[in-house]
Amino acid sequence: MGTGVDGGAGIRAAADLVAGLPPAPAAWCTGLRKRYRRRTAVEDVSLQVGRGEIVGLLGPNGAGKTTVIKMLLGLVRPDAGEAMLLGRQVADPAARARVGYLPELFRYQPWLTAAEVLALHGRLSGAGVPAAEQQACLSLVGLSGRDGDRVGGFSKGMQQRLGLAVALVARPEFVVLDEPTSALDPLGRADVRDIVLELRSRNVAVLLNSHLIGEVERVCDRVVVLDRGRVAASGTLAELLGQRELRLQLTELSPAARARLEATGHVEREGDWLTVAVPADDDGTVAPDLVRDLVALGVRVHAVEPVRISLEERLLGILRDGAASRSAGER
Amino acid sequence: MTTARTVLTIAAVTLREASRRRVLLALAVLTVALLGLSGWGFSRLAAESLTSGEARLTASILLNLVMFGYSLVAALGTAFLAGPTLSGETESGIALSMLARPIRRSAFLLGKWLGLVAFGSGFVVIAGLAQILVVRATVDYWPPEPATALALLAAQTTVLLTLTVLLATVISPMASGVVAVGLFCTTWVAGVVGAIGESLGNDAVARVGSVSRMLLPTDGLWRGAMNAFQDPSAIVEFGGADQGAGAFPFLSMAPLTLTYLAWAAVWVAMVWGLAATSFVRKDL
Repeated sequence: MGTGVDGGAGIRAAADLVAGLPPAPAAWCTGLRKRYRRRTAVEDVSLQVGRGEIVGLLGPNGAGKTTVIKMLLGLVRPDAGEAMLLGRQVADPAARARVGYLPELFRYQPWLTAAEVLALHGRLSGAGVPAAEQQACLSLVGLSGRDGDRVGGFSKGMQQRLGLAVALVARPEFVVLDEPTSALDPLGRADVRDIVLELRSRNVAVLLNSHLIGEVERVCDRVVVLDRGRVAASGTLAELLGQRELRLQLTELSPAARARLEATGHVEREGDWLTVAVPADDDGTVAPDLVRDLVALGVRVHAVEPVRISLEERLLGILRDGAASRSAGER
Repeated sequence: MTTARTVLTIAAVTLREASRRRVLLALAVLTVALLGLSGWGFSRLAAESLTSGEARLTASILLNLVMFGYSLVAALGTAFLAGPTLSGETESGIALSMLARPIRRSAFLLGKWLGLVAFGSGFVVIAGLAQILVVRATVDYWPPEPATALALLAAQTTVLLTLTVLLATVISPMASGVVAVGLFCTTWVAGVVGAIGESLGNDAVARVGSVSRMLLPTDGLWRGAMNAFQDPSAIVEFGGADQGAGAFPFLSMAPLTLTYLAWAAVWVAMVWGLAATSFVRKDL
């Protein structure tokens, strides 16, 4: 009897423990590898998208971004590695029940109407989405009033908007957007940005592959940079862009003042203008302390400008470093 | 989503595609033209003063000839529909968003196949039935086993489109249609050559027909259908199997055996299985 009570308590404790665990990440993969004949498309890629997190996938053409996305969705079979969606193995179709996907190559049945395409995807997802909700989805992407029109007559931009509605129709918990604004005008791009931010507010995770770095910088919590099929860098925007600089216009610079500048960080000089790297752990005191000390050392300070490195500069830096180390390795 | 629901959903979309892409309309126009033309031909035939035996022989041969026309239309139609709907969707990217849904690829393929089978078989059965009725109205000829004949025509269409589905999972949409129709015609010619070999008593030539009928059962099923369409006395009228009737391409000497029908069913299952294996492993 006592054992039974203990056993029951044990199971309850285990159940509580499991219930208390954080939910599985929206997407997780490790060691993904894909070769097409002799060409390696993806090599040892591991990444994770947390619940409600927006992760940007960046990299030059042919870096393997779309292949990684397709492997995550079970559309391409990896040669090695493992991937999970919302806590389920990708090989299990049920893993995609709450996943929305806008492919880079977006095409929908031209002989169906926009409403019929959404209804079809609603049925295939098994989510049982009511017609009113499908209609709301079309309105969200700016296609209200076009629901009865055949997709064959849509412009590319409208088809991409429809693709976005298809990705959102089955109440997803994880949305994969592969180049979602490639065919959209600036207004459409702003709409996509708003939709992505709205998804985050509803705790829906998003994996965003986009060439528009500004777009990624504005909406993403984290960024993964792929180069030649490998993860070249990854981290939060603060981590990736942590390196900042100060540009100062100084005259009457004494050796002591120069030493004070170099004590702060790497210094580059161009006439009166000096650029000083600011340490990543700066708590906001570096610039005022430096200016105070320089003035005390008799330097005349004409201008002080904080310089923030853009994601684009950082991305180019990462890719150039990669290319440089590869060519050094080849030599 | 249950597999059965996925299969039915995809089958319904495939049928809708056939109707929206005007394939249905094109087939309907072709069928009406063929029905009108054959109706006129048969009525002219009825005006000739033939003995009842001659009339039955001519009606049998002509019916088989026109039915061959329908089976060819069905073969071309389904072959060129299966290619675009399967490999075309994979190439264009339509399949990407569909297969990213929580569905099994085998269920998707089964749905496509089922839709095509319903379309192709539906066409030959309806057009064939209309043709039988036209023949009855014009020359008062009713085939001995119309239901078996139409079922075998439907089976022939199913065999060919299963082959097209397999081809569509490995090669381009256009190539899959061309190869399937090419093989269909080759098997038919091999069947005729084999029948000539049989009537000449040349075993080596006769084997060409037997082997081709095993490799692709379209011609075997077609010969079974012809046998069920034609009047049993037609072969005797033509001079008997030994006197050259067997060499005539629009007469069939014997009904199909159950073993052959079982082989055709196994063939379809095997080729579909290969198509599913190829499609499941495909990188999209």
